[in-house]
Amino acid sequence: MSEIRRRTLPRSRILRRRLTAAVGWSVAAAAFGVLALAMLHILGLTFLRGLSALGPGIFTRNTEGMAGGLRNAVVGTLVLSGGALLLVAPLGMAVGVYLSEFGRGRFATSVRFLSDVLVGVPSIVLGYFGYIALVIDLGWRFSLAAGAITLAILMLPYVVRTTEQALRRVPTALREAAYALGGNDRQVVLRILMRAAAPGILTGLLLALTLATGETAPLLYTAGWSNYVWHGRLTHQPVAYLTYVIWSFIGEPFRSAHRLAYAAAFLIVVFILLINGGARLILARVFGPDR
Amino acid sequence: MRRITAAAAAAVPLVLAVITGFLVFYAARAIRFNGIGFFTTNGWSIGNQYANPIQMHGVLAMPGMHFGIVFLLVGTLASAALALLFAFVLGIGATLFLTEIVPGRLTRPLSSLVELLAAIPSVVYGLWGIVFLAPFLARHVYPLFARLGAVVPFLGRPIGAGYGLLTSALILTLMIVPFITAILRDALLAIPAELREAAVSLGSTRFEVATRVLLRGQGRTLIGAGILALGRALGETMAVLMVSGNALNSLPERIYSPISTMAAFIAAQLDSALGDQTGLAVRSLAEIALVLLVISILTNVLSRLLLRASPPLHV
Repeated sequence: MSEIRRRTLPRSRILRRRLTAAVGWSVAAAAFGVLALAMLHILGLTFLRGLSALGPGIFTRNTEGMAGGLRNAVVGTLVLSGGALLLVAPLGMAVGVYLSEFGRGRFATSVRFLSDVLVGVPSIVLGYFGYIALVIDLGWRFSLAAGAITLAILMLPYVVRTTEQALRRVPTALREAAYALGGNDRQVVLRILMRAAAPGILTGLLLALTLATGETAPLLYTAGWSNYVWHGRLTHQPVAYLTYVIWSFIGEPFRSAHRLAYAAAFLIVVFILLINGGARLILARVFGPDR
Repeated sequence: MRRITAAAAAAVPLVLAVITGFLVFYAARAIRFNGIGFFTTNGWSIGNQYANPIQMHGVLAMPGMHFGIVFLLVGTLASAALALLFAFVLGIGATLFLTEIVPGRLTRPLSSLVELLAAIPSVVYGLWGIVFLAPFLARHVYPLFARLGAVVPFLGRPIGAGYGLLTSALILTLMIVPFITAILRDALLAIPAELREAAVSLGSTRFEVATRVLLRGQGRTLIGAGILALGRALGETMAVLMVSGNALNSLPERIYSPISTMAAFIAAQLDSALGDQTGLAVRSLAEIALVLLVISILTNVLSRLLLRASPPLHV
């Protein structure tokens, strides 16, 4: 009678494998912990210091040297990124429509590709371009026009891609039905597809807006800085903006300057989080939890 | 409609062509003046601005004027490479933890927390670096590293105030890690459940499933994501400008040394470069911008080829 021999792994090997797993997962958990902690710490610092820096006068007074309020910067940020959005929205959406609806072949492929390249171009390169081309060569000086156009270049590929993706999610049957009813390209795109894709397109525009409000490098040498509220000139008038306050005032040795930097950081981060959250909600509502 | 939108689409190549053409045109004189020495010599000097301009390399320049950006190349590459290394370790670890250990319900919300790192503006990272990270590291962490300095090179004293290579790299790590986590997470979630089940049924531990089965096929994805992240780290401006210590012409001797990067240098120097009456300093900055542009195009092309998809916009 033959003995049934069960082959088992030696105990030491099992132990070693379990140990490896335990150590490995600890490292993985620690990696997540570090990232999550850093994120929470950044948010915590911005919120705590920002909230205590907010006070009466932040929205009603202009910066006065290193003190005062942030009215000029808040207005400037809104005007700059709003202006950039106005510039880029029609153009970017048109490109998105082309890529999604009409673009076939080499031209569309290369536009798509170059749009991805544009996403990766460092923002300081755009800032440098805006400075030399618009501020110096065209002689616009530090101005809303120079800042907003530079920001618009930065936002363009984002609007293009999100519009294209939103339109692609519209079912083909809808297009077929619209064309079958005798709609021409314009009617189908504007009345049917853009409407069906509106939430996605809007989300893309909002995300591009948050991108613009958080940028500093493209504005340093295009928008300049001003202690006054922007009063309506497109060129030859520098514009204040919030990210400049963060970058510039935190390096100054005055408590009032730091207070303004914290307040500016708080406003920017809250704005970005609100819009990001809102955009995610729209997407989840429309396209289901899986984006 | 077709024609109008096609015309609009031409704006994208046009914008890129204008930027590239402009930088090439504008930097041309600097390229002639600097030659290959731009990349092989160290030292950025606008020369004696009070002397009379002289002809050098066929260009009008100031005596003593020289533009060599080795210190910028070293600073840029060292900070970005360190950041990429850290981002790989943290990103892969965190993603495995989130997809394999954390219950499915929590994976998305917790991933969002990590990917929120990508939404934080660069200048806020800079603020955090100045107010918290740099002083914290200089006071509590770097002294520990310095003790190892006797054995490990580049770790010895002096520590400085926390503004330098390692601090920059750590901040860059946080900024680029979402690219790696987002891309890897999507790739891991796309792996068919059968593969996991098969590995488990063969007696693998969960860790072995993760590292030997799930990660095994992700080499291409990881390299693609890594190149993408590297591209972003190389071009990052504000955060680095605020915590790098803004070295001028000095090469880092240890991991705490002040550095500067190409992108940060453009932002830091544009003002003073304008004071140069020959215009060569500003044009040499255009040459740096051109180098950055070329790097960003290369990294994008490579990562696109590897990932076979467009890079994520909002990770």
